[in-house]
Amino acid sequence: MAKSALLKSSIAKKVAMALSGLFLMLFLAQHFFINMTSVFNSDTFNSISHFMGNNPLVQYVIQPILVLGVIFHFTMGIVLEFKNNSARPISYAKNNGAANSSWASRNMIISGAVVLAFILLHFYDFWIPEMVYKYVDVNPLNETRYFSELVHKFESPVRTAIYCVSFLLLSLHLWHGFNSSFQSVGFNNKYSRSLHKLGYTFAIVVPFGFIFIALFHHFNH
Amino acid sequence: MAQCQLAFDFRFYDFQTKNMKLTLKIWRQKNAAAEGKIVEYPIDHIEPDMSFLEMLDILNDELIMKGDEPVAFDHDCREGICGMCSLYINGEAHGPDRGVTTCQLHMRMFKDGDTIFIEPFRAKAFPVIKDLVVDRSSFDRIQHAGGFISVNTSGNTIDANTIPVNKKDADDAFDAAACIGCGACVATCKNSSAMLFVAAKVSQYALLPQGRIEATDRVLNMVSQMDAEGFGNCTNTGACEVECPKGISLENIARMNREYMSASLKG
Repeated sequence: MAKSALLKSSIAKKVAMALSGLFLMLFLAQHFFINMTSVFNSDTFNSISHFMGNNPLVQYVIQPILVLGVIFHFTMGIVLEFKNNSARPISYAKNNGAANSSWASRNMIISGAVVLAFILLHFYDFWIPEMVYKYVDVNPLNETRYFSELVHKFESPVRTAIYCVSFLLLSLHLWHGFNSSFQSVGFNNKYSRSLHKLGYTFAIVVPFGFIFIALFHHFNH
Repeated sequence: MAQCQLAFDFRFYDFQTKNMKLTLKIWRQKNAAAEGKIVEYPIDHIEPDMSFLEMLDILNDELIMKGDEPVAFDHDCREGICGMCSLYINGEAHGPDRGVTTCQLHMRMFKDGDTIFIEPFRAKAFPVIKDLVVDRSSFDRIQHAGGFISVNTSGNTIDANTIPVNKKDADDAFDAAACIGCGACVATCKNSSAMLFVAAKVSQYALLPQGRIEATDRVLNMVSQMDAEGFGNCTNTGACEVECPKGISLENIARMNREYMSASLKG
């Protein structure tokens, strides 16, 4: 089979979407665990953040893959949404989607758009200042700045509220996305029921954990 | 205390009303090129035990008596096995009941005074021919692309039962083969995806030794034809599995995805 045909095929796009989603969920999980240390011990958070911010493998290999993964996931999501909408030129006068599927599964583009807007805000808040600090201004290494930078961002009630709402939408995105990604890569067997429970747990624990972290720093500092 | 189990689900049965009065909102479209619109028809004297198609027969009798054009709709066996009847009823493919085609949907699922929307299955790959009749020949073309096995039928064909098949595989293949190609999966999918149909056809052969010989070409060709027909992409909402009158499982889509990726890497 010609490779160009594979790249154009609906299933290859679906699998690519799922693989990028799985990668982003792995990233989300490690981000969650690192941020959670900020609640318990600022020194631990600082030292892990310093390692992640200065390790060459993380900085020059994993970080570019992550940025490309984010760009690929939302670009492909938008492309597929347009294609899927064009597959039904005339809509139903009455459609009862709630009778056979969850809101989260039918509205991934909405929850995804909110998460994308949040990621842009997050890049503006943390990633771009970090890049400027390290690579434009070329400041000296400071292993203790991360915790204070984190706490500073959550002083604003508006920003904290935006973070909380975004994580609610992320929860809905993961509610469908976690299990959907496994189904797309062909994983549907006797272990699927347990995997579904793990997926729903992930979709609740991680986003609500991030909300807890944001509120914790907002009210404690 | 002994418990009595009722075989019939009485929740949906309105004992008080023997004659139902309904308002039908039906998509009317003169031909494939014409603009269509929803037209309202009041209808009376409908009994709860009538099938949905019998109710439409009565409406058509009334329309003919009045000199109006009857509503065109697909139907054939009226036994729930041919896959010919379609209809998107009150926002669901084959209506609000589960595990049935429209011909096996009964009016007891509705209440006296209800308004019922009746629309054709909607998809670019299922163009409307007239009123509620849609052209589902895109499914035929997908089948032609690979939904078969090549056997010598010259008289020397080996009995299928001489080839041992694992019981689980045989059962799963049989379940997949239950697909009647009605198109409810496409109609109900928010993306108009045909993946449940194609997955069922791919699976019913992929699971059996007779089907393995052409498995690689089959999945590549059928998916390629599916994409060429203009169906959307599956986003795993699971709506197709819920609305499928034959209970075709999403497991088949996962199997097709595996088959497709493995076939692509081989090819």
